[in-house]
Amino acid sequence: MGAGHTHRLYRHGHSPVHALPPHTKLAAVFAFVVVVVSTPREAMWAFALYAVLLAAVASVARVPAGFLLKRLLIEVPFVAFAVLMPFVAEGERVDVLGLSLSLNGLWGAWNVLAKGTLGVAASVLLAATTELRELLLGLQRLKLPPLLVQIASFMIRYGDVITDEMRRMRIARESRGFEARGIRHWGVLAKSAGALFIRSYERGERVHLAMVSRGYAGSMPVIDEVTASRAQWSYALTLPCAALVVCLLGWTL
Amino acid sequence: MHQPSPQCPIFPEILFSNLRPGIGATTLPTTTSLLHKVCNKPHHRTVHVPDGFINAPTSAVTGLVAAGALAVSLRGARRELDERTAPLAGLVAAFIFAVQMLNFPVAAGTSGHLLGGALAAILVGPYTGVLCVSVVLLMQGLLFADGGLTALGVNITVMAVVTTVVAHAVLRGLVKLLPRGHRTVTAASFTAALVSVPAAAVAFTLLYAVGGTTEVAIGKVATAMVGVHVLIGIGEAAITALTVGAVIAVRPDLVYGARGLQQRLKLRVNGELVDAPAASRPEPAPVASRSHHKLWITGLVTSLVLAGFVSFYASASPDGLEKVAHDHGIDKAEKEHRYADSPLADYGVKDVSDARLSGGLAGVIGVGATVAAGSGVFWVVRRRRTAAEAVEAAPSSQAL
Repeated sequence: MGAGHTHRLYRHGHSPVHALPPHTKLAAVFAFVVVVVSTPREAMWAFALYAVLLAAVASVARVPAGFLLKRLLIEVPFVAFAVLMPFVAEGERVDVLGLSLSLNGLWGAWNVLAKGTLGVAASVLLAATTELRELLLGLQRLKLPPLLVQIASFMIRYGDVITDEMRRMRIARESRGFEARGIRHWGVLAKSAGALFIRSYERGERVHLAMVSRGYAGSMPVIDEVTASRAQWSYALTLPCAALVVCLLGWTL
Repeated sequence: MHQPSPQCPIFPEILFSNLRPGIGATTLPTTTSLLHKVCNKPHHRTVHVPDGFINAPTSAVTGLVAAGALAVSLRGARRELDERTAPLAGLVAAFIFAVQMLNFPVAAGTSGHLLGGALAAILVGPYTGVLCVSVVLLMQGLLFADGGLTALGVNITVMAVVTTVVAHAVLRGLVKLLPRGHRTVTAASFTAALVSVPAAAVAFTLLYAVGGTTEVAIGKVATAMVGVHVLIGIGEAAITALTVGAVIAVRPDLVYGARGLQQRLKLRVNGELVDAPAASRPEPAPVASRSHHKLWITGLVTSLVLAGFVSFYASASPDGLEKVAHDHGIDKAEKEHRYADSPLADYGVKDVSDARLSGGLAGVIGVGATVAAGSGVFWVVRRRRTAAEAVEAAPSSQAL
């Protein structure tokens, strides 16, 4: 893989978390998020413990806190939505600083904020410690249909190419003095989008012919089978297991 | 196969946030400008459902629905594109991913962009469309932490399946009804995209009514969601129609929704117009002939499990709509309808006292009845069609 095949969230490193086989990491993150989502929202301390667990993983993976927090910004619009909830939800209302808020809505906002943030943080950690190609291999290993994995890998590999093509079209438009200012200019932009589709599709046809001429017959050869030892599995599954203990405590206490 | 792709010149934050700078913004965006941009276009971010928004059982069920839809689409796409599926669908997915970053300015600094579900359905067909949008959602969830992992099923069901299928159905219907022509396809694309976005909003509202984690009056959710998405749908419709029109003008053969509109090639032979012989094209190998039964049985079992499970879970507590009706006293005016005495009235089985169990049973029976009726209709239609084909085939073979 040459340049342009690492994604923006990836952070190169040699930590134990980086070294884990990708499918164990995928399974661990997914199990962790499922456990977090099924925790009762009243157990506030449980979410604090989850955050501590994630922080521990981050420190083992040597992902700096600043990096993680900056990536968490992706959920900003979502926070705005959660803030609205106490105002629109039903149920008994409490007065906070002169505002009448719904108790139920406050719980709902907390629920979404806590679980959403933990979910985003877990995904960011996964993306920061797993290379793109590894991620695809992991998905394949987890028995995602091979065709779906192939489509995903083509999308990832050519995503940059197509985006770059679009950028060149924009530069071409601008160098001819075009500036999109309102609805009147949608026609031009839509023509660009149409041209981009034709170029993408034709590129797909060329890629297919190139693949056929190299012996492609519908499935990709697997050249580097990833395997995980029992120790690696148990190491990766420490996170969701610890989270499960917290979750069970949350339900019983 | 891998052609060397240059180092992506797009700024990292921009790729990461699915936004691109406005004209002249050539400096690296700072955090504040990123924030500003994200806040400027809330609709794109908020349509990706995060973790913790829909409860776990509903997420699991929608996950199963999404998996089923993906399995069907994989088979269908292989039929549409044969072994070219992987590269073509992959490149179209990359196109959808890129075109979501194309800003369409509206007025006064606000701008919108395509969601792409309807466009994918019209350009490459429903099966490939579902696949492409789903793959984009999957990768956004895994690489960009955009949309929760447990909410992946909800996101795929609402944004990939509902949007694409609704757009395709509307397009098919209109193209059949209206006179043939390229303008028809463009107009039908407009309507298809216009309907598909609010349809997705309605689907989300239904899911929220079943498994939302916060009790907001479902009427309020519906009004807000549909209201906002009708507006978004108008923009989506305009852009989709313009884009489809642009593609049709250049390569009408690539537009799935415009199939069958091509004029037959005519040759002038001795001053007379004659139909050119059809170009001989190798028939794609039949893929789907063998395991119809397997697919059918899997679908049946899945829907039985879903119906039983969901109804069992959804249980006896009134759903949001009924609750709203109750709160506002609407249901006082409601009359028991004619079939209130039927064995399945109010989705429960008579003589089964446990409300949950009875609801589950009713779901299973309902699915059974639906499947029986659906299979019957399908069987009749297929018999008619084969009969009609036999009639059509007979004279042409005589003519030869």
